[in-house]
Amino acid sequence: MAIGQRDPHTGHMTTGHEWNGITELNSPVPRVIFFFLGAAFLYSLVYWVLMPAWPIGVTYTKGLLGANQNLALAKSMKEAAAARETWARHIETASYDEILADNSAMQTVRQTGRALFGDNCAACHGQDAKGGKGYPNLAQAPWLWGGTPDEIARTIQFGINADHPDTRVSQMPAFGRDQMLSRPDILDAAAYVETLSGTAPAGEAERARAAKGKEIFAANCAACHGEDGKGKHDMGAPDLTDRFWINGGGPQAILDTLNNGHQGHMPAWDGRLTPLDRKILTLYILDLRAERK
Amino acid sequence: MVSQLTMNERRWAMGILIALSLIGLTMLGAGRGDAFGVHGAIVAAAAIAMIFVVISGYFAPEPGEERLTRYYDDPSKAGIVISMVWAMLGLFVGDWVAWLLAYPNLTFDAPWSSLGRIRPVHTTSIIFGFGGNALIATSFHVLQRTTRARLPDQLSPWFVLLGYNLFCVIAVTGYLMGVTQSKEYAEAEWYADIWLVVVWVTYFAIYLRTLARRKEPHIYVANWYYMAFILAVAMLHIVNNLAVPISLGHAKSYSLFSGVQDAMTQWWYGHNAVAFFLTAGFLGMLYYYLPKRAGRPIFSYRLSIISFWGITFIYMWAGSHHLHYTALPQWVQTLGMTFSVMLLVPSWASAGNALMTLNGAWHKVRDDATLRFMMVAAIFYGLSTFEGSFMAIRPVNALSHYTDWTIGHVHAGAMGWVALITFGSIYAVVPWLWKREAMYSARLIELHFWLALSGTLIYVFAMWNSGITQGLMWRTYNESGTLAYSFVDSLVAMYPYYIARAIGGLLFFLGAIVGFYNIWMTIRTAPAEARASEPDAPALSGARVQPGE
Ligand code: HEC
Ligand code: HEC
Ligand code: HEM
Ligand code: HEM
Repeated sequence: MAIGQRDPHTGHMTTGHEWNGITELNSPVPRVIFFFLGAAFLYSLVYWVLMPAWPIGVTYTKGLLGANQNLALAKSMKEAAAARETWARHIETASYDEILADNSAMQTVRQTGRALFGDNCAACHGQDAKGGKGYPNLAQAPWLWGGTPDEIARTIQFGINADHPDTRVSQMPAFGRDQMLSRPDILDAAAYVETLSGTAPAGEAERARAAKGKEIFAANCAACHGEDGKGKHDMGAPDLTDRFWINGGGPQAILDTLNNGHQGHMPAWDGRLTPLDRKILTLYILDLRAERK
Repeated sequence: MVSQLTMNERRWAMGILIALSLIGLTMLGAGRGDAFGVHGAIVAAAAIAMIFVVISGYFAPEPGEERLTRYYDDPSKAGIVISMVWAMLGLFVGDWVAWLLAYPNLTFDAPWSSLGRIRPVHTTSIIFGFGGNALIATSFHVLQRTTRARLPDQLSPWFVLLGYNLFCVIAVTGYLMGVTQSKEYAEAEWYADIWLVVVWVTYFAIYLRTLARRKEPHIYVANWYYMAFILAVAMLHIVNNLAVPISLGHAKSYSLFSGVQDAMTQWWYGHNAVAFFLTAGFLGMLYYYLPKRAGRPIFSYRLSIISFWGITFIYMWAGSHHLHYTALPQWVQTLGMTFSVMLLVPSWASAGNALMTLNGAWHKVRDDATLRFMMVAAIFYGLSTFEGSFMAIRPVNALSHYTDWTIGHVHAGAMGWVALITFGSIYAVVPWLWKREAMYSARLIELHFWLALSGTLIYVFAMWNSGITQGLMWRTYNESGTLAYSFVDSLVAMYPYYIARAIGGLLFFLGAIVGFYNIWMTIRTAPAEARASEPDAPALSGARVQPGE
């Protein structure tokens, strides 16, 4: 074995080992390492004494502080619930009208409803509740199922075409695909639907179509959409005379709906959101509308 | 490659490859209509292609005895090139994931390109493909130099290198088809896992057989780290992947563990994968290439010993810091947290030992980008271990867990430490392996260095910002005592940081492309006479290898 040599730069000896030119200095371990090792161990020791730490057989050392994360969690959940109790009790028990008239309660609804809506509803209805293709605008469009607080609450609780036994059910039939109407009849009906929302037909031919479409509409569509096309709340069929569209407006989108039908799916929140949360959401949506008016 | 094998080894190679292609064909038959069958086809195709390679060189003259006077470096050379190829894939996909998180439509509506599939493609190809191949290649190089013994034979190193890459290919192609065990960093399914065990045991055997024939009295510290890496990874891999396949013809399996035991086993694995794959192995690299390049003795032999045993002993206990505030019993969390705090000391001791080794060579650090890669890597190693120990403290973790802070920590370690030490070591070893004066272009190394460093800093700073913002937003309550922000609110706040991260990643990726080009040109534009005048010293005669190496 080779003998250690003095490293000219540090003045330390090498260990005398060499591997393909690599040597190692025999310098002592810097004191500070032992200091920090000691400090870290001491910290751990104190922590072990105070907190649950080491397993002993089927149990473990509980620690002097008696800390228990499960109890601590339960306790802080309880405290948080108690802090909310003041307003929560009020919202749970008061009627919709009372709350809507109570500005401080509505302040809470706005604060809490925003995050609730953002976390549970915005994925479909949008952050601003204005919907998007396939999802209705909750902030502005006329209601599918009626705008009373109870109807809205019911939609939220049981959903639309959802897997809940009490779900609301609605469907726009696929008149084209299922051959319930002929191709010309569908074109006529579509032309009529366009006139409903105020787009005047361009020429003579279109006007004639729309006139024929009106009859087809009365025979095939009015049962759900109403004689005047303003929709029917008990069928969940939309108002066709407004500027709001679930499936996107315009001739092509309307034709698509007539051909292929449509059935929107709104999940049921029964069991997923508490009655209080659902009530807050109902109020939150009503409040959005009130603001927009 | 084949010409370096003895006749006997060629026969063995044929035997192994025929067996492997039969296994592949059986898998193909048994797993028709399943990803298992596709993997059978891949195995068979790879084995049959290799059979042709072996046949083409089968009747070449056998290598002479004089080969035993030289180290066997062909597998290392191949490993380094393969490692860079995986780096290209892994970094490209990583940056794709980064852009995807800012612009969610970048999956182009295909199932294989969804986040859940390409994210593990990134992690596997960068950790196992890039990192793993670099570790295998450099470990063979370092092992021979520091023991003055040639690898025990010519066949088993190739088996390890190519077999390992077969594992990586099966893993990555599996994710794209939706095959996964859903265990992070251990996503590959049961049959790939069994194959890796075979490869890994062979790898360890090479180490032991070479060490047994060593001509140096002592085992150099780099080899302790490489061995800890191989041994611990074998143990972690086997235990965490214990699973029962639903049938022998199907890719899917169910883990032997469930519930909180499953979670603890996974993070015992996951954390020690960080410890022994991403740390110990690369410390092995650092302990050889840094003193070699700096031309300085290791600062302290004793410090190496203390930090080696500190790291190997303490890391094993720390995994539960990944499961703070979960269903895991609190006492297990306490142990994970306290051991993580103690872990800082040996970690900083290693980083300090590396940096102090540079005393007397700082002028080289200034001028030589290769050495600077290694120096900055040691700094990032210190930084990310400090951060890790800090994040392991429960109340800190309450803020950082589930946020991008973790991602920032990961990449300070992965880009700043793992990738930079690898690039530095590769730049050092390529001219030695291919017998060149130096790398093709020192200025391109310099360029790579600055691209990599700025990319890492942009990435890490963006993630620190976004992680802490996220963590704070998720725990902010309004006066009513309910959450102030929805999750989407926090996503909106992340958006600029995600773009910054993707730009940082792009710089890092560009740097790696520059590096690959530089390596490629070094290999290709070899002065012909340099090839001939291979100055490698004989291993058997006991003489030293050339001093520059
Ligand atoms: C998976 C998508 C989805 C989610 C999530 C969702 N909705 Fe809906 N919602 C719909 C669809 C689709 C409709 C319209 C159904 C139709 O077309 O008939 C609808 C309809 C409604 C209606 C009835 C509108 C009317 O005019 O009568 C209300 C109210 C409503 N949603 C509230 C909510 C609330 C509150 C939440 C969050 C708790 C929510 N939705 C979450 C898809 C969704
Ligand atoms: C069985 C009841 C029913 C009948 C009959 C019916 N509809 Fe509908 N229609 C609906 C419902 C429900 C929707 C809402 C579908 C959805 O989005 O979930 C709808 C949607 C539509 C829409 C799209 C509205 C939008 O906002 O995008 C159009 C257009 C329409 N119907 C036209 C017609 C015409 C024209 C007919 C007759 C040929 C007709 N419907 C017959 C129930 C009906
Ligand atoms: C071009 C450079 C890189 C980019 C752009 C990049 C990008 C990413 C992204 C976007 C993620 C997913 C983060 C998330 O899910 O929120 C990720 C995860 C990950 N990356 Fe990278 N990465 C890069 C380099 C690397 C390198 C070099 C390594 C390792 C050596 C690495 C290892 C990992 C690991 C381990 C994860 C998983 C982290 C976790 O689950 O906590 N990355 N990367
Ligand atoms: C002293 C050393 C270290 C300690 C104590 C430590 C601690 C931690 C902690 C507390 C977490 C977060 C766990 C969570 O909240 O989910 C974490 C995550 C992680 N760390 Fe470290 N770390 C250390 C060093 C490193 C190094 C050097 C690297 C990389 C090369 C690294 C890679 C990772 C990875 C990949 C994860 C993410 C795991 C995941 O969730 O997917 N760590 N580490």
